Amino acid sequence: MSKDKKEIEVQDLNLFYDDFHALKNINFHAKKNTVTAFIGPSGCGKSTLLRTFNRMNDLIDDVRMTGKVLVEGEDIYKKGIIVDDLRKKVGMVFQKPNPFPKSIFENVAYGLRVNGINDKDKIEHTVVNSLKQAALWDEVKDKLKQSAMALSGGQQQRLCIARTLAIKPSIILMDEPASALDPISTGKIEELIYELKNDYTIVIVTHNMQQAGRVSDYTAFFYLGELIEWDETKKIFTNPANERTQNYITGRFG
Amino acid sequence: MIKKKQIEQNIAFTILRIVSFMVVAILFVILGFIIFRGAKAINWTFLTAMPENGMTEGGILPAIVGTFCLIIGSAIFAFPIGVMSGIYIHEYMKDSPMKRFFRNMTDNLAGIPSIVFGLFGMALFVNTLKFGDSIIAGSLTLGLMVLPVIIRTTEEALKSVDDSLRTGSYALGASKLQTIRKVVLPIAFPNIITGLILSISRVSGETAPILFTVAAYFLPKLPTSIFDQVMALPYHLYVITTSGTNIELSQKMAYGTALVLISIVLIFNLIAALIRRYFNRKINIRK
Repeated sequence: MSKDKKEIEVQDLNLFYDDFHALKNINFHAKKNTVTAFIGPSGCGKSTLLRTFNRMNDLIDDVRMTGKVLVEGEDIYKKGIIVDDLRKKVGMVFQKPNPFPKSIFENVAYGLRVNGINDKDKIEHTVVNSLKQAALWDEVKDKLKQSAMALSGGQQQRLCIARTLAIKPSIILMDEPASALDPISTGKIEELIYELKNDYTIVIVTHNMQQAGRVSDYTAFFYLGELIEWDETKKIFTNPANERTQNYITGRFG
Repeated sequence: MIKKKQIEQNIAFTILRIVSFMVVAILFVILGFIIFRGAKAINWTFLTAMPENGMTEGGILPAIVGTFCLIIGSAIFAFPIGVMSGIYIHEYMKDSPMKRFFRNMTDNLAGIPSIVFGLFGMALFVNTLKFGDSIIAGSLTLGLMVLPVIIRTTEEALKSVDDSLRTGSYALGASKLQTIRKVVLPIAFPNIITGLILSISRVSGETAPILFTVAAYFLPKLPTSIFDQVMALPYHLYVITTSGTNIELSQKMAYGTALVLISIVLIFNLIAALIRRYFNRKINIRK
């Protein structure tokens, strides 16, 4: 597969919550094995856009959409798409760590079990690998049977990442994954994102400009439901084309 | 000025404190009274024998067994149906006039006087379905009566499960049913049990719904099938205190019956509480 393949593509997307026009005419794509950061002030639509990629917006009543979202070239809103299968392909990590009140092992095994994998060896193998990949293994290898609720916030978030990796997605969406964490945990998550980039296409929503600068290859700036500017991160942070982008990243509003 | 505020404060606290103590005291007085009067009646014969001599002597075994049957019978019927309705209303129904209608109707069901349930139970189960005065007719009637309690506590229990766990499960490719079964219910279950506890307490104490559907005035034998009539503790208590053959003589028996009734409720509540604790432990907190 070519490096330039568009893993996610958005064409003329408009989204309304009831009467509120939340996303306005969005055109965007994310290439394979890149990290894209979505930045912009609260309520600008960046999380909403992220949630269209795995159809999480389906859970909200009164959402209307026009336009197209393609994942690996396929329109994910056309009839006959099985949403559960889409979400296996497009994993998601949330703002607040949300481990299940189960054991550490069962948290990671959950995604396998609900997707019909019951082979004990396979589950165990995947759980161990996913925890290693999420850089959590060393901290939890002796207490896999303990409740995940006893882990620290940062560990819980890495567990949630491990849980997502276990179902072998090709895309990982992250909705402010470090905003509820302390600086050290945040650093670990960022390192992890950097590692994961080799194998996954990542889209991350963040309020933290430094974070966007550190982890992403591309940055998209949103304002009031519009995609104002979208380019290589280096370019956005050194020489943005739009004045509003400039103002936002230098902290003049937001 | 400060002094006045403090005096007000003190008066208010004193009143609140006295009232709270009074509530607790009333409970202890009732319990103490029943235990004191009833303990004299309790012995092995009382718990294991049939009533004798116009219910002034002997035991209350058939009433104990009867109440036991009604608790189990109504729970078998009402618990699964109530929990399933609660799940449907809370997890599957979208916020709509229909949902509000469903909830209002379950609330209204809870507001129907128990004697009306008794009348309805007689018309439907005893006469139309021809169950006769029987354990099944009584259990179904009592079950209908406690359904709203179970539905409501189920809804509340489900509501207390954080939505982020549901979305977390969906994001891993789980279906709605899988999410409910594997994530939501295990967390909500201990609280759902609360509905069971409340309903057991009501079922064991109600007289009106069983009056026309199952309760026997005097039946000195144990049931052999669900189509048998039984005696029940609250009705037995009513009978021997108001319309027995010799009310004076059966007074001691009445307090004994009351004590047994309270004990059965407590024992069932304890069992349910243990189940709740078991599931609570299972899902978490152990650090």
